[in-house]
Amino acid sequence: MEAPLVTLQSGPREKLRLAFAVNGEERELLVEPYKTLLEVLREDLGLTGTKHGCELGECGACAVLLDGELALSCLVPAVECGGRAVTTIEGLRDGPELHPLQAAFADHGAAQCGYCTPGMIVAARWLLDRKPDATRQEIADALAGQLCRCTGYQQIYEAVESAGRVLRGLPPLPPVVAAVHGEEPHGR
Amino acid sequence: MMRLPRFRYLAPASLLEAVKVLGDLGPEALPLAGGTDLVPNMKRRQQTPANLVGLRGVAELRAVSGDAARGLTLGAMTRLAEVERGAVAAGWPALARAAATVATPAIRNTATLGGNLCLDTRCSYYDQTEEWRRSIGYCMKREGETCWVAPGSDRCWAVSSSDTAPVLCALGAEVTLRSRGGERRIPAADLFADDGIRHLTRRPDELLTAVHLPPVEPGQRTVYLKLRRRGSFDFPVLGVAGRVRLSAGGTVESARIFLGAVGSRPQEARAAADFLVGRRLGDEETVREASRLATQIAKPMQNTDLTLGWRKGVAREYAARALRELGS
Amino acid sequence: MADDREAAPRPGPRALDDDRPAPRPGAVGPAPGLAAVGKPLRKVDVRGKVTGETRFADDYTMPGALHMKLVRSTVPHARLLSVDASAALAVKGVRCVLTGKDFPIAYGLMPVSQDEHPLCNDKVRFVGDPVAAVVAADELTAQEAAALVRVEYEPLQTIATPQEALATADPRIHDYGDAPNVHKLVAFDFGDVPAALAGADQVFEDRFFYQGNTHLPIEQHAALAWVDPDGRLTVVSSTQVAHYVHKALARALALPPARIRVIAPPQGGGFGGKTDPFNHEIVVAKAALVTGRPVKVALSREEVFLCHRGRHPTLMRMRTGVKDGRIVGHSVETVLDGGAYGSYGVASVHYTGALETVTYRMDRYRFRGCRTFTNKPPCGPKRGHGTPQPRFGLEVHLDKICEKLGVDPAEWRIRNAVPPDTVVANWMRVRTTGLVACLEAVVKASGWRERRGRLGRGRGLGIAASSYMTGAGISITFGDLPHTGVQLLLDRGGGVTAFCGASDVGQGSDNVLALIVAEVLGVEVGDVKVVTGDTSLGPVDLGSYSSRVTIMMGNAAIQAAERARDRLAAAAAAKLEVPASRLCFAGGRVFDVEDPARGLTFAEAVQRAEAQAGTVGTVGSYSPPTPTPRYKGGGVGPSPTYSYSAAVVEVEADEATGELSVEKIWVAHDIGRALNPVAARGQVVGSVYMGLSEALMEEQEFRRLPPKLSRALVHQAPSMLEYKSLTFHEMPEVETILVEEPDAMGPYGAKEVGQGPLLPIPPALANAVHDALGVRVDEVPITPHKVLAALAAPDRRYGPAAFPDVPWPEPLLVPPPWEGGDGKATNDRKRERRLPGAKP
Repeated sequence: MEAPLVTLQSGPREKLRLAFAVNGEERELLVEPYKTLLEVLREDLGLTGTKHGCELGECGACAVLLDGELALSCLVPAVECGGRAVTTIEGLRDGPELHPLQAAFADHGAAQCGYCTPGMIVAARWLLDRKPDATRQEIADALAGQLCRCTGYQQIYEAVESAGRVLRGLPPLPPVVAAVHGEEPHGR
Repeated sequence: MMRLPRFRYLAPASLLEAVKVLGDLGPEALPLAGGTDLVPNMKRRQQTPANLVGLRGVAELRAVSGDAARGLTLGAMTRLAEVERGAVAAGWPALARAAATVATPAIRNTATLGGNLCLDTRCSYYDQTEEWRRSIGYCMKREGETCWVAPGSDRCWAVSSSDTAPVLCALGAEVTLRSRGGERRIPAADLFADDGIRHLTRRPDELLTAVHLPPVEPGQRTVYLKLRRRGSFDFPVLGVAGRVRLSAGGTVESARIFLGAVGSRPQEARAAADFLVGRRLGDEETVREASRLATQIAKPMQNTDLTLGWRKGVAREYAARALRELGS
Repeated sequence: MADDREAAPRPGPRALDDDRPAPRPGAVGPAPGLAAVGKPLRKVDVRGKVTGETRFADDYTMPGALHMKLVRSTVPHARLLSVDASAALAVKGVRCVLTGKDFPIAYGLMPVSQDEHPLCNDKVRFVGDPVAAVVAADELTAQEAAALVRVEYEPLQTIATPQEALATADPRIHDYGDAPNVHKLVAFDFGDVPAALAGADQVFEDRFFYQGNTHLPIEQHAALAWVDPDGRLTVVSSTQVAHYVHKALARALALPPARIRVIAPPQGGGFGGKTDPFNHEIVVAKAALVTGRPVKVALSREEVFLCHRGRHPTLMRMRTGVKDGRIVGHSVETVLDGGAYGSYGVASVHYTGALETVTYRMDRYRFRGCRTFTNKPPCGPKRGHGTPQPRFGLEVHLDKICEKLGVDPAEWRIRNAVPPDTVVANWMRVRTTGLVACLEAVVKASGWRERRGRLGRGRGLGIAASSYMTGAGISITFGDLPHTGVQLLLDRGGGVTAFCGASDVGQGSDNVLALIVAEVLGVEVGDVKVVTGDTSLGPVDLGSYSSRVTIMMGNAAIQAAERARDRLAAAAAAKLEVPASRLCFAGGRVFDVEDPARGLTFAEAVQRAEAQAGTVGTVGSYSPPTPTPRYKGGGVGPSPTYSYSAAVVEVEADEATGELSVEKIWVAHDIGRALNPVAARGQVVGSVYMGLSEALMEEQEFRRLPPKLSRALVHQAPSMLEYKSLTFHEMPEVETILVEEPDAMGPYGAKEVGQGPLLPIPPALANAVHDALGVRVDEVPITPHKVLAALAAPDRRYGPAAFPDVPWPEPLLVPPPWEGGDGKATNDRKRERRLPGAKP
């Protein structure tokens, strides 16, 4: 019996049809094989919330959820995404209300320049989807692929912990402020 | 933004079809599994295959079968995130730990066990952009003639940097390679060659399809200790992988030790393993001598992170720590 | 002044005379009535950052945009013989190729260092210097065509290190500088230090090395240029200083500034790395002018490493004479590896000496600084600009001195802290200082007195303190123009729009602008719309660096808002028939303090003011007070006021491998007043993080091949993977304490917070390693191999063995204030002539 035909193929300058779900919406477009998911999201779909800092898988800024799993969009050729579901930072909230993670990042000062923030929040979402009561060690393990140059990571721990509480139906934690010399510490 | 070069993309829908395509295209094609090694290399123009054979549609490569008693067969496309958990973690904890220390969580969600075994060898003169490599006149591994690690050398000293490879070698695992002409099953250690350029014995028309873990034996202990700069992202600058079988009384009955990241292939520390047989790991003198023997075979070069002198200097200490862990 | 001169033989408190502005009522002291200042409110711009809606430079696109790729030099030093673009031009989709011929005019950041061409003209000076630009329909095509541009070079000797630069008269990297391959030499004697050392009980000498490192913002530089339908060249770029890009574009492209608009959207981190105008910004603008199409350039990570402008690798020698436990003379010599261009280098070299004096009392001070040119990417300002290196040296040097003297290093620092209201040896003026409070705070929080030296082998505590500027007293471009301006527009609906040239690099300046305006006008922070970082839509601000935005823009915002408040008050007073002096602005209302029910809504007050005298728009601006130093070079270092920091680091050191794990850091920072306590803490922790990351692992290191085989000199690891920075796993918990003593110079008393807390971290770590293992690593970064080498060394030290011979010029002699000085050099004839009107 003859081997079955290759189901999909394209020349180096031909575009391929890509049909996939982005933030719950079915999208269909033609893409060059050389384009990564990151490029298609930003350039073809105008979803510039997903950032990039290296395009080599070395910083985490381009993180998205691919079929619910944390993935780096800079490392995935878009043509490999047919039939899959992608969630980007734009898909985190449904309506005008911020997702609890977004609200917590805003309240706790976990976003300074905000450039690593979309990837960071998506990675945190991936964690909290599985473990809303994640410990600090579990947060570190899950977010260890996301580099941040502004925060020193501390407020990110605090924001993820606070959002995890909200997702478990508990009240959020108040933002931590520094102790003032000579005064009783306020906040936590 | 760094872009991939142009390539022809093929997506076979079955294993039969995949090996046919690879057989037709030979060295003109590379298989694409998770892509976490190949995609950056292509963006840096270290690898520029005319054809990429995407394996996503090949369901056979994801199959998992067996158990601790009979041995476990993992399809080559099993993701590292899956190797970290479940049956592997229970029966072969060193392999789970090795998988869990690869790169970052997002990469482990995408990268595959087969891909990690076939990881291109790494070198600080090679893992650079096309422009950077042009600025040094390239190197022997790609487009150039000199190995800048050892300019008088007639071989390439790029480093085997896989975390799972030394563990699979130490476990005595096997791998299946499939081509249009049939398939062969070989010890994992035989997959690797001591050459930075031709570091795999896989032929271009072959596909690594499965990894076979041997049955867990009573008294089996496994360890993997990884030395690197940071707690994530980084490749190993030393990996110590070991498997021993201990008698009920705690005497070593058999031992295999492999070192990663100190040569172009996982290095077997046979003298150290032989020395351990019949001795007890709880004995500090034994550990010290075995670690000395183990690190004698390490050949680190100045082509990874951290300084060569330091890596040489602490190799024995790390080997000793790994052996102590095996015995504890 | 005359009294001080005769009466005070030693440094001490000194009356402040001329230009200190009277404190504004309500601006200092406890202010319980403040509505926005000091509250942990969400930053006004944070929503876009957590939703992904904030548009960074690379998020901008234009229909029909072309894409540009730079062709960069692959050789470190060469004459540029020819550029052949014919093969690139033949590629389908390529629109044009630009070369050095298109850019005859040099530019540069500082007036004295106009030494860069957008594309190299006759020489290349490092691997990465741009020689051509390819513009094509898409980025991949531009990249493919760029690889086809053929460049012919005539190689020149590679100059890789400061030592080689000092030893090489020919070839020269530049044809200007204070010596061949020496960009700048500076020399000052603030009193006779050799005499002071001769009279000291003990003299200590140390050598230190601080490795270069880079900013590594996660956002790579990107720029988009187009010509607006009105003919105006418009450039969107990830720059910290839109104004400098504007100036450089006008100069290098010979265009009228009025026809150029530069937009600086929020930056995805900068840390000083986006403060220079860059070649790609000018070239992409030219490409837009040439093609008539929008053109975009987005740099790769490697290209960001080549832009650099980061921390100067600095070799230091320090000598200190101590008598009766106090410093009678202190000498600092520095040699900086400047890389291939001037950048901020003249300022950088001064900064390696300028702030040595503002923390601890010293009677006399001697400084020598040298910046060399080498064939590497240019160094420039990185967080702390030129001061982390000598701060590392000084704080480790002092730790060793205290060890020899047998005194507790925390106690010594507290006893010898410069008191408030002091003009120090090099004439910098210290106003408020929280140094002692910071030291006491970290000593208490860390359990220093009980725990230091008692944690067992392998675990240790180290302390260090520091100071940083709150904005520079003199602008880098000189002149008498204000350093910033704020413009307000009040609308009939009660909305306020605040315009300012400053741009938000992530430090929270947009929020500072909104909250200060809201505070003065008594409206909600959210009622203030900020329009920033656009040279056509706001007054000039000199940019987000130098810790200057809060104090300068903040004071300008207060001035503009107070002017608006006065107009509204006058109109409301007329309407309400209440004296304006009795009106209060709070809660979105303007009301009589004696009868709060009697009032107008803020919107009504705006309408009354508009009816009374037309559209309500006001301006404010800010210039720092005249600096006290009057000697040449004394323009680097003066600041309206200085912040202070102290830190204790606890480290766990592995004696067998030299590996370090930092367990906890306590840091206290004298901030004057925290305008937003959550954001302020974020700046402190972020600074600590960056300081620790460079102390432990960051290195901008270069690789040379065997000289017999190659002249190559390349960046060792221009990637996020191999340029190591801390991940979640390496970053310890940081306990932050703020010292709040409002300073009259700052808006609501605020001082800087974005840079200072970085400074004590590297030396505190080095001192902690000594406490843990008894070894000294006199270098940054403190990597495992250095710790092991120190453990093996007979003197238990790892660090530089030698200091190069430098052809120091005759020093400027500036007597310190207590030795009869007036802030001028006694031997600078040129300066005397140039400043005839200077006050005696």
